[in-house]
Amino acid sequence: MSVPHALLALLREGPKYGLRLQTEFESRTGEVWPLNVGQVYTTLQRLERDGLVEATGEGERSRKRYRITSAGDRELAEWLRNPPDLVPPPRDELVIKVLVALQIPGIDVHELLQVHRRHVIETMQRYTQVKATAGEGDVALALVVDAELFRLEAIVRWLDAADVRLKQLPAPAPAPTEVADLPLQPTRTMEVSP
Amino acid sequence: MTSALELRQVSKIYGSGPSEVRALHDVNLSVEREELVAVMGPSGSGKSTLLTIAGSLEEASSGQVLVDGVDLATVSRSDRSKLRRRSIGYVFQDFNLLPGLTALENVTLPLELDGVRARAARMTALGALEQLDVSDRADRYPDELSGGERQRVAIARAIVGERGLLLADEPTGALDSVNGEGVMRLLRAATQRGVAGVVVTHEAHLASWADRVVFLRDGHIVDQTVAPPGPESLLVAGDRQ
Repeated sequence: MSVPHALLALLREGPKYGLRLQTEFESRTGEVWPLNVGQVYTTLQRLERDGLVEATGEGERSRKRYRITSAGDRELAEWLRNPPDLVPPPRDELVIKVLVALQIPGIDVHELLQVHRRHVIETMQRYTQVKATAGEGDVALALVVDAELFRLEAIVRWLDAADVRLKQLPAPAPAPTEVADLPLQPTRTMEVSP
Repeated sequence: MTSALELRQVSKIYGSGPSEVRALHDVNLSVEREELVAVMGPSGSGKSTLLTIAGSLEEASSGQVLVDGVDLATVSRSDRSKLRRRSIGYVFQDFNLLPGLTALENVTLPLELDGVRARAARMTALGALEQLDVSDRADRYPDELSGGERQRVAIARAIVGERGLLLADEPTGALDSVNGEGVMRLLRAATQRGVAGVVVTHEAHLASWADRVVFLRDGHIVDQTVAPPGPESLLVAGDRQ
């Protein structure tokens, strides 16, 4: 979530005080993304420095109202159409955990995948509760919660796919101690038809 | 208190000898009234078998199935049919509405089959359609309804009367995710009015509407979620900007 651009969008409606920007930001993102007033003022200072907003009053920061500049307008319009950064992918902690688990003998990777699957679905249940409590009319909240739910669902789908892929692997080779007792097998060679 | 549904050590074996397939192994599951349970698992894990056995559409090879405390194996075939009609409602993936009957007639049918007089059955069925917000479509035939409306009618048919157990197999079928969510809201609302619900789904965002999610794998229940803390725990989850 880009806080600077969200604030610019709110300021397009007219000049506002920092405190009002904070409450409006929270209510319009379904109160799923908390934002403290300190962050609002720091962001406003940066926007002011870059010429994207300007203060309409003097004195303490809580007494200042801010309005968007024409440069701010252009920046907002550009940002809306600019695709978010999708590559390179973030280094995914869960993927790393599973890759590490595959290297450690004796770990039941399917059980490990299930532990993570349950945790993700429990988190999804909590998000769904937010939506269920709010009712169907709150579109902003539904959009925010859906984004989280589908992000989490993608993790579940990855876990499911990992489960199937690992199940299809050939059975692991016998442990080295058992192998040592077996007579040596000749190296397998490819048969070539005459 | 008696559970609305209880499976005790339920196993199901199809075929015999080398072609034997064990679809369920010693499954234990209790579902209470006012509880919605989702069953998740990969294809072939036994989800649908669990549901058909819970709904007495199929018999277990071993173990006990109790609906409202009644062991299905101890009642006669005709009593079992009666119990199935009166206590259990089903929602299927493809809705299974009878095409030659209107929405209202589809919902009235199970009551009439159960001996309720036509006028009373009609009133009760209308009430169920009202609960699902489709009473204005009562006189329409299934092919005159949208996918979402058809599934509402199917849910009305499943909960009409005094049914205490609602079983749904992939009930959101081919609906888009928003209409699918609508179906889950309705199932949840039905359970909150006192019904016990079991829904089989492979979609996590739909399963997350359930109070509890049970995970099946190779016919075994391998895990389940614990009751989630309130949603307020997410709102203080820290800086997410």
